[in-house]
Amino acid sequence: MSLSAVKTASKLPDLSRVPAVDEVGVDERVARFQSRSIKTASKVDALKMILSMIDLTTLEGQDTPGKVRQLCQKAIHLHDAMPGLPHVAAVCVYPNMVGIAKQVLAGHGINVASVATAFPSGMSSLDIKLDDTKMAVDAGADEIDMVISRGAFLAGDYGLVFDEIVAIKEACGDAHLKVILETGELATLDKVWRASWLAMHAGADFIKTSTGKIQPAATMQVTLVMLQAIRDYYYETGRMVGMKPAGGISTAKLAVHYLVMLKETLGNAWMTPDWFRFGASSLANDVLMQIMKQATGVYQSPDYFSKD
Amino acid sequence: MAAKTKQKQRLAVAKTYKIYIDGKFPRTESGRYFALEDKKGKVIANICRSSRKDFRNAVVAARKAQPGWAKSSAYLRGQILYRIAEMLEGRSEQFVDELVLQGRTKLQALKEVTTAIDRLIYYAGWADKFQQVFSSVNPVASSHFNFSVLEPMGVIAVIAPDDSSLIGLVSNIAPAIVGGNTCVALTSEKYPLCAISFAEVLHASDVPAGVVNILTGLREELTGQFASHMDVNAITWCDGGTRTAKSVQEAAADNIKRVISRRDVDWLSDDNAHPYLIRDTQEIKTTWHPIGS
Amino acid sequence: MAIPENKLAFDGGWDYDPAPESTDHVRIDKRYGLFINGEFTAPEKGRYFDTINPANEEKLARVAKADDADVDKAVKAARKAYAGPWGRMKARERGKYIYRIARIMQERAREFAAIESLDGGKPIRESRDVDVPLAAAHFFYYAGWADKLEYAFPGRHAKSLGVAGQVIPWNFPLLMAAWKLAPALAAGNTCVLKPAETTPLTALKLAEVIADADLPPGVVNIVTGAGDTGAAVVTHPGVDKVAFTGSTGVGRIIQKALAGTNKKYTLELGGKAANIIFADAAIDQAVEGIVNGIFFNQGHVCCAGSRLFVQESVADQVIAKLKDRMETLIVGDPLDKNTDIGAINSSMQLEKIESYLAIGQQEGGEMHQSSCPLPDKGYWCRPTIFTGVSQSNRVVQEEIFGPVLAIQTFRTFDEAVTKANNTPYGLSGGVWTDKGAKIFNMTQKVRAGVVWANTFNKFDPTSPFGGYKESGVGREGGLHGLDAYVKLGVK
Repeated sequence: MSLSAVKTASKLPDLSRVPAVDEVGVDERVARFQSRSIKTASKVDALKMILSMIDLTTLEGQDTPGKVRQLCQKAIHLHDAMPGLPHVAAVCVYPNMVGIAKQVLAGHGINVASVATAFPSGMSSLDIKLDDTKMAVDAGADEIDMVISRGAFLAGDYGLVFDEIVAIKEACGDAHLKVILETGELATLDKVWRASWLAMHAGADFIKTSTGKIQPAATMQVTLVMLQAIRDYYYETGRMVGMKPAGGISTAKLAVHYLVMLKETLGNAWMTPDWFRFGASSLANDVLMQIMKQATGVYQSPDYFSKD
Repeated sequence: MAAKTKQKQRLAVAKTYKIYIDGKFPRTESGRYFALEDKKGKVIANICRSSRKDFRNAVVAARKAQPGWAKSSAYLRGQILYRIAEMLEGRSEQFVDELVLQGRTKLQALKEVTTAIDRLIYYAGWADKFQQVFSSVNPVASSHFNFSVLEPMGVIAVIAPDDSSLIGLVSNIAPAIVGGNTCVALTSEKYPLCAISFAEVLHASDVPAGVVNILTGLREELTGQFASHMDVNAITWCDGGTRTAKSVQEAAADNIKRVISRRDVDWLSDDNAHPYLIRDTQEIKTTWHPIGS
Repeated sequence: MAIPENKLAFDGGWDYDPAPESTDHVRIDKRYGLFINGEFTAPEKGRYFDTINPANEEKLARVAKADDADVDKAVKAARKAYAGPWGRMKARERGKYIYRIARIMQERAREFAAIESLDGGKPIRESRDVDVPLAAAHFFYYAGWADKLEYAFPGRHAKSLGVAGQVIPWNFPLLMAAWKLAPALAAGNTCVLKPAETTPLTALKLAEVIADADLPPGVVNIVTGAGDTGAAVVTHPGVDKVAFTGSTGVGRIIQKALAGTNKKYTLELGGKAANIIFADAAIDQAVEGIVNGIFFNQGHVCCAGSRLFVQESVADQVIAKLKDRMETLIVGDPLDKNTDIGAINSSMQLEKIESYLAIGQQEGGEMHQSSCPLPDKGYWCRPTIFTGVSQSNRVVQEEIFGPVLAIQTFRTFDEAVTKANNTPYGLSGGVWTDKGAKIFNMTQKVRAGVVWANTFNKFDPTSPFGGYKESGVGREGGLHGLDAYVKLGVK
């Protein structure tokens, strides 16, 4: 597929007049979300919703087929001692682990997501990125988490970044495309908004904060700016785009704050795993402990929950 | 009439004392006057008995001039005040004569004129400094840059002290205008001569039209107008008892006018020249801005 | 961005359960006397009035009604303390007493917050996060000035005035008490404070704190009552300084009443602040600024950003976003931690606000309110905006003191300046733009005592607050706030 063909399909948006974002104002808004007090039934509902939105993730060089199988088992059996729990949304792995995950998860309604495009740095050619993507898709990945070329973006070469996303989206076929902005490398919230806007116009199904390999990963601040960009895009086009904060969300309390932020920014239509995901590895257990605490009234110990 | 009586060899040209509005010297629109007499009852001059319409016109001029005057640089305002002093110095003899004519001794008159000149120099120097003394950067607890600066109140109505022809007027006008206000001043009723000559000095000193407006007239008639005008931001008044205090403030309350009371002040004393008189005619504005990226 | 065409939905789905602030640690007496000369005393005529919870119209306590004789007693006690222990005390020691007040308030912060919300109707989030901590911070800030006054007024000698008579409003009951008392005490004055009729409780709890802090009797006296009690405080011949916060109407009466006396006075009066949004602003943060500007404390804020001016090219976008944001505001139980907008302070105020809603519509304005449910009992008003209004409309000109925003558009910078300043008020203003030069230009041109650029409704003890024109005389807060409580003499 040639790039010129792609350019006629989608059009690079005008990024010269994107709105400014004021950091202190964003901080204040986030503080308001954090001051919401979520109690009793609304808390249990929130915790279950969080579980259902988790992309259970392992992205290590030392990942083994065994570890991926174990993670998939966890995805299916979050905590069987507690009936009525939802399963997570997806398991997120490297392309070479997609086949194994697919096998274990077959028939459980849990998606397999794969990172691709020379994850996490994206420092490769488009051809290699396309091959990487195709490999994951061919192995059965339901979702592709790609990274943008931050170097090109920061250098102002928006056309290149845009065209890459368009090309990868094309390569995804039926798989959903999540575009990782790696906000920790974009430095300012203005750039986060701009990258979000670009990615959505290029066809992203989801936009995602981080690879998890760079600090800071997801913060409520960058997530809010991305949610507002999603809202603006929806206002303008009527197309819903999903949001995935990833990395750094390890407590149930913090995840609940994210849900509050989601609800008050985009409204109820986005409050499902179809439109919101948490990219996390240790979050699930903390949420499970909180659910047990709500059910039993007793504070929990991590030793009673499987670590995978 | 206000002629120099010693010049007998030729008929002196008497000066017509007019009022000063918007950089011009009209007579009062009312056509009224009151006779200023010396101790012996001889008429020194017919003084304009300004009307409330004159005052209204003066306020319009002052309001029109105010934004431009406030926007001019402090450096420029300082230089203009300095220029007033220079002009006054050059004409000091005339002022001494007028003060003597109004009953001061030569020595008293000299002191008053030189003090007035020095006072103008004093306030000229404050033009670009008082802001530094009275402003502040405020260390607020949140992530904001916060600072407070002085801004001129706007149009100041000045009722000059009645027992002083020149120094009282100068001491009240200078601190008002140096900070970017414009003013309408009512001169001493008893000793009005110098005020009009001072207006001529102002006129020759690069003071923009309308920045200072000077009216002569009757206090009883005009004080209430000065105090009540809805487009005047502050009133400075200098003498009168409780009754005056009461009527001024009552009228001022209609637009929450700032009332600056300066009674029983010895204007010849340097102790009574200080930047707090400038600050009296300034508002404090505090500005907040986030510190972020 | 184009005009939003696609609507978001905020109703239904996952919602927040009630999260009420616990009140088991709160102690409210059945009846309160007047705090005079260091102790609670019964009013001379034995008259009391009810203070109610505006969120459910239930009685919270009976509060003494001070008449002239009670006020006289309070002023005399203040005079005695001024002539006695407080006046003679070393400045440093005076400061330490004020620090003590700050500390005890911090310790009892939760109790203060709960009572403030019970008595006044404001959301607990605000009393907890804004009113009470700021009040304590005010005492802490001014405590430190007590022994440093000579540095505040270069070239002058600052001397206390004597007895300060202070009358405060119902919108920030405790915070306004702190704004009044802290600088007065720091400068060495003694005080007679009159809280608002509908919100006396936190001031009376503050009296407990003052007693616990062992301040000498009479240094702070608190007399409760209605307007006539306030008048008695203001006009008492033994009062040397009057400080008032309230409406411009009453401020005018006070300024007249003080005419011919030598009493120094400061007035913090009404406002109708312009909040100006330029097209190049950070729009989402500006929308938050609009919300904080007009819906903070139910809009019972003298510096509320009640007039919105939006540059026409972004007006539709801003208004659409504002409407969506309004849908997420929770109106209800002030004690619920999730409440954004509490109860209107009194039935009288609610009537006034509702009359303006009717006026605005009669004038041809288009009214939009959020769709949130309201409780059955108590006094409530949904967040409201008016579009299609102009400078000549009453909802644009007059202070409503409720959650009601009047929106107009502008094309040019100069038009915005002209409209913003076209008001007798001049308390505050807001400017939103991403361009630095424009910020400085606009903040200079707005004729108001406090200008928030790219933010709104921020307060700090170090930051002077007060208005131009009919919004008042003098400043409170910061170094400049000391000025109201001293007379300056030659060194």
